[in-house]
Amino acid sequence: MSIEIKNLTKVYGTQKAIDSISFSISSGEIVGFLGPNGAGKSTTMKILSGYIPQTSGNASILGMDVAKEPLKIKERVGYLPELNPLYNEMYIKEYLQFNADIYKIKNAKEAIEHVIEITGLTLERKKKIGQLSKGYKQRVGLAQALLNNPDVLILDEPTSGLDPNQMTEIRKLIVELGKNKTILLSTHIMQEVEAMCSRVIIINKGKIVADDQVGNIKNRLKNTAKTTRVRFRDTIEVTKLKEQSGIKAVVAIESNVYEVTASNGTDLAELLFKFAIASNTIITEQIELSESLENVFHQLTKNV
Amino acid sequence: MYSIFKKEIRSFLSSLIAYVVIIVFLLLNGLFTWVFADGNVLTLGFANLDVLFYMAPWIFIFLISAITMRAISEEIKQGTYEILGTKPLTDLNIILGKYFAAVVLVFFAIVPTFIYFYSIYQLGLPKGNIDVGATWGSYIGLILLGACYAAIGLFASAITPNQIVAFIFSMVLCFFFYVGFQQLSNLNLFGSKDSIVQALGIQYHYDSISRGVIDTRDLVYFGSLITFFLGLTYLTLDSRKW
Repeated sequence: MSIEIKNLTKVYGTQKAIDSISFSISSGEIVGFLGPNGAGKSTTMKILSGYIPQTSGNASILGMDVAKEPLKIKERVGYLPELNPLYNEMYIKEYLQFNADIYKIKNAKEAIEHVIEITGLTLERKKKIGQLSKGYKQRVGLAQALLNNPDVLILDEPTSGLDPNQMTEIRKLIVELGKNKTILLSTHIMQEVEAMCSRVIIINKGKIVADDQVGNIKNRLKNTAKTTRVRFRDTIEVTKLKEQSGIKAVVAIESNVYEVTASNGTDLAELLFKFAIASNTIITEQIELSESLENVFHQLTKNV
Repeated sequence: MYSIFKKEIRSFLSSLIAYVVIIVFLLLNGLFTWVFADGNVLTLGFANLDVLFYMAPWIFIFLISAITMRAISEEIKQGTYEILGTKPLTDLNIILGKYFAAVVLVFFAIVPTFIYFYSIYQLGLPKGNIDVGATWGSYIGLILLGACYAAIGLFASAITPNQIVAFIFSMVLCFFFYVGFQQLSNLNLFGSKDSIVQALGIQYHYDSISRGVIDTRDLVYFGSLITFFLGLTYLTLDSRKW
C-alpha cells in the first residue's frame, strides 16, 4: 500500500477534526478526497505530509510510519498545501533551487529544468513568483512538489481559484503524473473527481461517509428516487402534480419549470406526459438529472 | 540547515536588509565614535574604542530586532512554514539556519569597524598605544551579545505572525536582558542576591569580557542564554502543531 491510515484521529482542543478514519490507497491510484469545508480533508493531508502529528491512530506512507520516520517519508512525498504558499520575492528558478538544496538533489539543474518543462513554466521561468498569475503560481507549487520525483503526491485543492482553462491544464497534468505516481487529491469540485480519479473517499464532519470507485458511488443513486427537470408551456397547479401517485416531491424552479422527484419504479416520463395532456398544456423541455457525484455528495454529507 | 541558511542570506541581500543594517550600524557608530562633539575619540584624546563598544549594544537592540522580526513571523503569516514543515527538515534545522544567517549578518556589520581599530592604532601616541587585548575582548563580547540578541529576536518572531509586534517584543526583551537585571540589582531589592540578579543580565558579562579576559563563566552564560531562547523558539513552533 502506498498510503495506509488506521483509526486516525486529530483533536484540536475539544473539537475532533478527524474522528477515527481508516482507508488505504494502492500504488498508482488517483484518489479524490471529497468533503465540504471543514470536513477534515486538509487535516488528514497535513498529517500524511508530516506537518502536524495525529492525536491517535496510525498513518503510514510506503510502509513507513509518518510519526516515526517523518524525514524519510518527506523525501519521497510531494505536497501541495491548500493555499499554495510561496515566496513571492523569489525567482522561480531560485525557489526551485532552494527546494533542490533541501532535498540535496545531485543533478539539481536537470531536475529543475525537468519540472519547469512538465509544469509548463518554460515561458515564465525568469520571472519572480510574485509577478505570476494564480495559475502559474499553482504550477510553481506543483513544480516544488514534483522536484524530488516523489512516489506519492498529496495535493490539497490543486485547482482551487483557477480559471476553467487553467483547471483543465492542471487536471491533465495530474492525470499524466498519475500514470506512475500515487496521488491523493482533495477538492470540493465534483467534476474534478469525475475527470481525474478512479476512486473517491468522501469525508464529512471528520468521518468517512463513502469510499468506493466513482462509478459505484454514482450507482448508489440509481436505486433510489429519480429527479427530472421539466418545463411546461404554461404554469401548472403544483398541488395537482404532487397528488399524482408515485410523485415524491415537486420543487418550482421558475413559474413553469419544476424539479419533480418520483419514487423508485415510477415511469416519470409517462406520468408527466399524461399530466400535461390532462392540464391542457405541453412539455417543452424535460431533462433527467443524472446521478452525478454532486448529488451523491449532497446526499452523503447533509445527513451525517 | 544549510539550505535555510543560504536562503536567508540571499533574502537579506535581495531585500536590502543586509545593506541597510550594515550602513546604519556603521553610520551611527561612526558618528558617535568620530564626529559627535560629546565624547568622540578625537576630542577625548584617549586611544580606545570605548564609545563604539558602549553605543553598539544599544544600536544592536534596534537593528537585530529589525533583522529577525520577519524570520519566522513572515513564514507563518504567508503559510510558507507549512512548505518548510513538509520538507525533509526538522524544526531545529529551520531555526538554526535562520539563526546563523542572522548572526553572520551581525558579524559582517561589526567587521568594517576593524577600520576604527586600525585608525586608532595608527593615531596612538606612540603608534600602537591601544589596549589590544581589551579591544579584541570587546569585539568578542559584542559578537556574543549580537548572537544573544539574534536568539531573542528569533523567539519574538516565532510567537507572533505580526512583524511589528515581533520587532517591539524583541526590543523589549533585548533591552531587559541587556540592562534590566543590572537596574534591578541597583534597586537593592534582593539583598545578598543582588549580585546573582546582576549576573543574569547581558551587560554584566559583556563588560566582563570587554576587559580582555575571556572567562568561561561568561562564555557559558552567553551559550546558555542563546540555547534558552532557541529552545523557547523550538517549543513555540512545536506547540503550533498541537
